[in-house]
Amino acid sequence: MSHRRLSHLDALESESIHILREVRAEFSRPAILYSIGKDSSVMLRLAQKAFYPGKIPFPLLHIDTTYKFREMIEFRDRLAADLGVNLIVHTNHEAIAAGANPFKLGTSKCCALLKTKALLDALAEQKIDAAIGGARRDEEKSRAKERIFSFRDSFGQWDPKNQRPELWNLYNGRIEKGQSVRVFPLSNWTELDVWEYIERERIPVVPLYFAKPREVIVRGDLVVLPEHNMPWQAGDHLETVTCRMRSLGCTYCSGAIRSQADTVPAIVEELKEFRRSERENRLIDHDQEGSMELKKREGYF
Amino acid sequence: MSSSVSYHPSRDLLRLLTAGSVDDGKSTLIGRLLHDSGALPEDELAAVYKASRERGHEFDPSLVTDGLRAEREQGITIDVAYRYFATAKRKFIIADTPGHEQYTRNMVTGASTADLAVLLIDARKGVLTQTRRHLYTAWMLGIRNIVLALNKMDLVNFDQEVFERVKSSFLDYAGPLRFRDLQFVPMSALEGDNVTRTSERTPWYGGMPLLNILETVPTREEQAAGNLRFPVQLVIRPSQDVRVYAGQVASGTIVPGMEVMALPSRQRTRVERVFLHTAELQEAYSPMSVAVSLRDHIDLGRGDMLCDTLTEPPESHSFRAKLFWMSPAPAALHGAYLLKHATQTVCMNISHLHHKLDINTLQELPAASLSLNEIGEVTVQTHKPIFCDPYHVNKITGSFIVVDPIQNSTVAVGIITGEERPAANHGHPSLAESVSSAASHKGLTVWMTGLSGAGKTTICQAVYTEMLARGIRVEMLDGDTVRQNFSRNLGFSKEDRTENVRRIGYVAGLLTRNRVVTLVSAISPYRAARDEVRAQIGRFLEVYVNAPFQVCEQRDPKGLYRRARNGEIRGFTGLDDPYEPPLVPEIECRTDQESVKDSVDKVVTAILGAIE
Ligand SMILES: Nc1nc2c(ncn2[C@@H]2O[C@H](COP(=O)(O)OP(=O)(O)O)[C@@H](O)[C@H]2O)c(=O)[nH]1
Repeated sequence: MSHRRLSHLDALESESIHILREVRAEFSRPAILYSIGKDSSVMLRLAQKAFYPGKIPFPLLHIDTTYKFREMIEFRDRLAADLGVNLIVHTNHEAIAAGANPFKLGTSKCCALLKTKALLDALAEQKIDAAIGGARRDEEKSRAKERIFSFRDSFGQWDPKNQRPELWNLYNGRIEKGQSVRVFPLSNWTELDVWEYIERERIPVVPLYFAKPREVIVRGDLVVLPEHNMPWQAGDHLETVTCRMRSLGCTYCSGAIRSQADTVPAIVEELKEFRRSERENRLIDHDQEGSMELKKREGYF
Repeated sequence: MSSSVSYHPSRDLLRLLTAGSVDDGKSTLIGRLLHDSGALPEDELAAVYKASRERGHEFDPSLVTDGLRAEREQGITIDVAYRYFATAKRKFIIADTPGHEQYTRNMVTGASTADLAVLLIDARKGVLTQTRRHLYTAWMLGIRNIVLALNKMDLVNFDQEVFERVKSSFLDYAGPLRFRDLQFVPMSALEGDNVTRTSERTPWYGGMPLLNILETVPTREEQAAGNLRFPVQLVIRPSQDVRVYAGQVASGTIVPGMEVMALPSRQRTRVERVFLHTAELQEAYSPMSVAVSLRDHIDLGRGDMLCDTLTEPPESHSFRAKLFWMSPAPAALHGAYLLKHATQTVCMNISHLHHKLDINTLQELPAASLSLNEIGEVTVQTHKPIFCDPYHVNKITGSFIVVDPIQNSTVAVGIITGEERPAANHGHPSLAESVSSAASHKGLTVWMTGLSGAGKTTICQAVYTEMLARGIRVEMLDGDTVRQNFSRNLGFSKEDRTENVRRIGYVAGLLTRNRVVTLVSAISPYRAARDEVRAQIGRFLEVYVNAPFQVCEQRDPKGLYRRARNGEIRGFTGLDDPYEPPLVPEIECRTDQESVKDSVDKVVTAILGAIE
């Protein structure tokens, strides 16, 4: 009778499962936006738990910019087959054919075409009314105020000044045709929570997260994996560095970090020590102050 | 026990709210907490130092939390922002809410899930109207742990007198709201005094720095107690004849084998399994999300609820509520709205607006409508019943949101009031602080004896509610319910009556030993049987619920006296079976002469005194 108190991971898990079940109950065509990263992996485990002994009742939607790491794509295809879920892959082929890449267009224009536009097109094409994403509020300042059910108008845009109040565990999921919501069941998780959960649940993640000696391009403080004919800049040189990815994006825009953490427990330990933000090695957040918020207003996830 | 649910966790989760008027130093305090507890990554820290220098400071903690671009431009916080940090003991979620009156709705949002509120006061300004509003809002939403952070103590030379003055003026206002725990901390958020470390500049302050308070305050546990409420979220049907009910426990405990009643069908069955994914659970309690299977196929779907069978389940389509209006369009009396409660959405209207509340003075004012940020006491009617409890008993089944069916926006939130109101100023301010920490209270058996119809159950239920509202572990053993359950085989002979009392006494003893306040209401007519139980339990308080036989017979709430007079019932206490009143009861309630409230207050006061 005395110790009826949940651990923080159990409390977070329970909240996320409740959210996923609400989405299932209140929307007609939800989909999980599957990014292949660690947060997506946790999301899938939560969805498995939420609907067991049934199957995950949502398709997975992956926006493929074609600049993803090879290991990510392999991991994605294997996982979808194992879970028996429907995987929808969408690419903005038009833009790719026109030669869109971050060097030609700059990172923000490239993201706008290959991620934001591709996502909005895919949601419209699939008539998805609730897109479930793995974003966390601790990732970036502008996310701190985002709701768990985040309303988007018929152009997919977010209005930070006009959000629906969200109280207790009561989510208002009512929308008109053409409108949609983004749902963030992991809102209250931190990066450390995610890794602790991966450890506890033994959730498989892409091997790129684990440190090993890799041949990389060293560019000042940055360490970049040479995939997709990464263009060289003055001063770049190749080196073998023990490193890992902290967050996974496109090859051109995600750097690796120097690290010895080659197992999940080692990563958890590293994070407890570590005092760097997770997105620091992502180039996109830095190209403009407050840039993530601008992207979000335009419909970036 | 399953491997994936840890029952003896090293770290738990505390949700807290921060509120204060503009410029009291809220952003500074949060920045300070994040900074000093080591939650800030190096690169963010560097950015804050850089921005601080640009503004001519060395380090300005308030820059840590600046959020949206629009706000940065206006220089104010306009929405709830959530922040995260952890120490070795706990993970914390801060709901950082704006101070302006026009954003009260944001504070309401943040307060709905918080276990504790930190209210900021500028030591130079003292208690402002705003502070009162913040305090009342926190109270209304059920937060019973409050930390008053008296900030900017550096600007008043860390003067103890200033601290004491603000504290006493605050207590004047807060007394009647009966907080479980009020703590006052003298602080300088800017310079870090008493935030994460005890300050040397306040040697007269004997309390803990803020962070220690946050690490040690008990989190909300009371939901594990109380009656079972399991709102069904989904029915999962992996195959034709397998049905699994998915949901999050709102209160009470669900256990394999227990008898449950489904609402609204009122069908009874037993729980077969409680599980989550591949883990079989021996029990589940709030706020666990689980799946449940039942012994029989019954009519049950989303929006329905599973309850225990110990008490009459709650069901209502007309109830009183406090509505907090959140929309620029004022409330339309009798207009059609949607109400979302637990997992069901129904049509509703506001059938009566009793008054609105001036949140600054707590005065009730006549009103024709409610506009943005106003609070009103209303009667709500729903087109089909909802399964609700008063909010102070159960936050989940006691709350709802109101949705505009055309705009789809959330226009109001409501809490179902039952009878709870702030006690008048002349009430019992001593009650407010007499129980400072729920976790530490002792157990006690409170034995209410008296004739049928004397008022035992009424007093018992009201006391139960008062206990729950204070976060005290409490359980109720009602004679009638006991007879329907584990004394089902007993009649009303002297032996059987004595045996019944012995059984109740045995269970009450177990509960008392486990530090539960156990409220027994049973006629228990024989002195010797009661005294035997008293001797066994030790921590025992006898309440003689006394009304003259004629009064009880006239009340006859269950029609038993009439049936006894007609000879349908034999051996009826007071008629043809003796009632032996206690010789020296700890408390006597003359229910024919005093009001229910008088009786309840007496009992509550005695309990609080006995369990400290
Ligand atoms: N001297 C002093 N100034 C403070 C303290 N806390 C905050 N301030 C200042 O008060 C002003 C308002 O603080 P801020 O945190 O932005 O207030 P908010 O509007 O409540 O978020 C800023 O100039 C702070 O530097 C304190 O403890 N002592």
